[in-house]
Amino acid sequence: MNRLLKNREILLVVIIAIMVAGFSTRAPGFASPGNLANIFNDTSILIILALGQMTVILTKSIDLSVAANLAFTGMAVAMTNAAYPDLPLALLIVMAIGIGAFLGAINGFLVWALQIPPIVVTLGTLTIYRGMAFVLSGGGWVNAHQMTPSFLNIPRMPVLGLPILSWIAIVIVLGAWFVLTRLPFGRAAYASGGNPTAAVYAGIDIGWTRFLAFVLSGALAGLSSYLWVSRYAVAYVDIAAGFELDTVAACVIGGISIAGGIGSVAGAVLGSLFLGVIKNALPVIGISPFAQMAISGIVIVLAVVFNARAEKKAGRIILRDRAAPEVSA
Amino acid sequence: MMNAVAPTNDLAPLAAETPILEMRGISQIFPGVKALDGVSIKLYPGQVTALIGENGAGKSTLVKILTGIYRPNEGEILIDEQPISFPSAQAAIDAGVTAIHQETVLFDELTVGENIFLGHAPRTRFGTIDWRQINSRSKALMHQLESEIDPTVRLRDLSIAQRHLVAIARALSVEARIVIMDEPTAALSRKEIDDLFRIVEGLKRQGKAILFISHKFDEVYEIAENFVVFRDGRAVGQGKLKTTPQDEIVRLMVGRDVKDVFPKVAVEIGAPVLAVHGYSHPTEFRDISFELRRGEILGVYGLIGAGRSELCQSLFGITRPSAGRLTLEGQPIEIRSSSDAIRAGIVYVPEERGRHGLALPMPIFQNMSLPSLKKTSRSGFLKAANELALARKYAERLDLRAAALSVPVGTLSGGNQQKVVIGKWLATRPKVIILDEPTKGIDIGSKAAVHGFISELAAEGLSIIMVSSELPEILGMSDRVLVMREGLAAGVFERDRLSAEVLVRAATGNQ
Repeated sequence: MNRLLKNREILLVVIIAIMVAGFSTRAPGFASPGNLANIFNDTSILIILALGQMTVILTKSIDLSVAANLAFTGMAVAMTNAAYPDLPLALLIVMAIGIGAFLGAINGFLVWALQIPPIVVTLGTLTIYRGMAFVLSGGGWVNAHQMTPSFLNIPRMPVLGLPILSWIAIVIVLGAWFVLTRLPFGRAAYASGGNPTAAVYAGIDIGWTRFLAFVLSGALAGLSSYLWVSRYAVAYVDIAAGFELDTVAACVIGGISIAGGIGSVAGAVLGSLFLGVIKNALPVIGISPFAQMAISGIVIVLAVVFNARAEKKAGRIILRDRAAPEVSA
Repeated sequence: MMNAVAPTNDLAPLAAETPILEMRGISQIFPGVKALDGVSIKLYPGQVTALIGENGAGKSTLVKILTGIYRPNEGEILIDEQPISFPSAQAAIDAGVTAIHQETVLFDELTVGENIFLGHAPRTRFGTIDWRQINSRSKALMHQLESEIDPTVRLRDLSIAQRHLVAIARALSVEARIVIMDEPTAALSRKEIDDLFRIVEGLKRQGKAILFISHKFDEVYEIAENFVVFRDGRAVGQGKLKTTPQDEIVRLMVGRDVKDVFPKVAVEIGAPVLAVHGYSHPTEFRDISFELRRGEILGVYGLIGAGRSELCQSLFGITRPSAGRLTLEGQPIEIRSSSDAIRAGIVYVPEERGRHGLALPMPIFQNMSLPSLKKTSRSGFLKAANELALARKYAERLDLRAAALSVPVGTLSGGNQQKVVIGKWLATRPKVIILDEPTKGIDIGSKAAVHGFISELAAEGLSIIMVSSELPEILGMSDRVLVMREGLAAGVFERDRLSAEVLVRAATGNQ
């Protein structure tokens, strides 16, 4: 049991289950499969963005520009859809991913080639991308009636009981798991963050690895931009304002070390779901949005404290009797 | 005066004077290592005592005890013949002990005055910082050091020597009576050293006791009255420098017979594998040439900061040389990055395992497979089974002890971590392996195992470059030794000409 609790993912599952059970005593039907599916669907975009953020964080970087990237790309996609309703949706989605990846590549290039700290780079591009969204739209909105029905409806279409939006999130989760655990890039990302010097010594190009991580994060932000605009049926400059912090929070809660090198896809997903459950539950049981923000904040701080303790334990073990048992490998 | 050196702790001839500080029977034990073993030393007012010893002889442990960082397991410290203990660094400062470290710990963005009085700034009546006093007292301290550095200048605008002055002024500002100088001349030019020595003479006149740690014999003879030689955590000799010839001190530093301890296996030395011609770096080393043959162990000896690791890092592609050529098995090669080196079959096991060698949060097998991923992957996809097989093979070979190969490397002991690093590089099946201080910081039992293993590798036909600061290791393991001094090759010595004296003389420039 003790060992189970030490596993961050299992601990999060237990906590989320307890939360759901607790909320359902106050709000009957909260734990119904339909509502849970709703919560998952609601959290899908956060999950997708958090996976991109996680990849960047693993390499000892951070991407604060994801939400601004989403706003610009979303605006571009929505305006294209409004202006050329005949363009196939697939092309729009490819375009969204492409624009997002390009904006991510700008971040990655600045971090890689100019050696600027990622937090500074993305703080800058965050403002730039949002500004670009304003310039592009002239401050205007793209409303639901300007969008084509397929643009609006496809993510909502249910397939095997779940909307396509949820399925996209599931596919991305599996894809991220595959990339991070089955491709050399994933290993390079963990190594670049876990010990950049050792990674260089092992022949890994950490600059290139970070660049790719930013491109991935940008591409996922681009994909999310379409999903976001379609889901809320509106595009304007300020969509997803501040949402980059939610993605970082989801990672931190999910046990992804902000110092890089530690974290799992399951952790990022569960961290996102944790936030999703809280966001969905608090209004149901009548807690004001302001208290919600405070509660989310407390959870994040607790998660950081928890992470710090866990990482400390993973450090050096000087006492011999505390070291790994002497079993020959 | 007294006779030459007495290789015991007998201090009777000096007892006529009263020491300011005395350490009696100090022992410091770390798991698996006795860093200091019953050390007794005395420091006298107005005198400089030189602390001499190889790297790892226990000098820095002693400094850390004196500055309250470590608490000794045995023994006592007396100041003015009164027993005292240093439960904290502040307690040592309060007792009048201060240390000027090799890499001076100061703040570039603060002014000279702020640096000097950081942590003990004089206060006004209202409890705020008394800037006027900081500036006037800083000026007085600098004046005492025969310098006119303006206390309001930022530290980053000063030269290294001037920073040293600030560090010394800081030491003096706390009314220190015992000043420890830990290799203070390492980064200084000759003129700066002269300036520093004038300051030390001034401190002597003020009756301060100075413990001066240095490798350089000429400096020691120039500035110090007394000496203590450390070897393997013991004070093996002390006395007056005036009556002790340098040869005697060299003998004390290295004196021991090491031939039997090392499992050096006679290996047939084969054809040349790696040839280095005139390798140079803009700032770290110049014109290094050597040849490395199949099955050969080339020792690289020198003092810390002689450019040995820098040379090796350059051979491994971490830094680029400014001049020089490499040939590997007769073919000229160019190494621009570590991946080039790995591909060519040259690997580097770095000195600092934690910093350069391992990603501690990652599992053992992933650390081991990291440089070999191309080989373990199939068509671009990682194959965990292959990685595990590779890790298992080398874990067995190295007798790695771990609960499982999937546990994070950070949970292993130092000796086992070292095995992971070595295993990771062996798995790339290299031709040349560069070992930088392969046994630094690991316990004696593991040391023997690592040495045995190095011999085995040589026997299998690997060519080995072994950088070490430990003479016994160099003497016991090497077929040939390249000695470096201040970035230059001070000589290459064949095994039949090897002796501790020859190497120490070459490394210290004491001909």
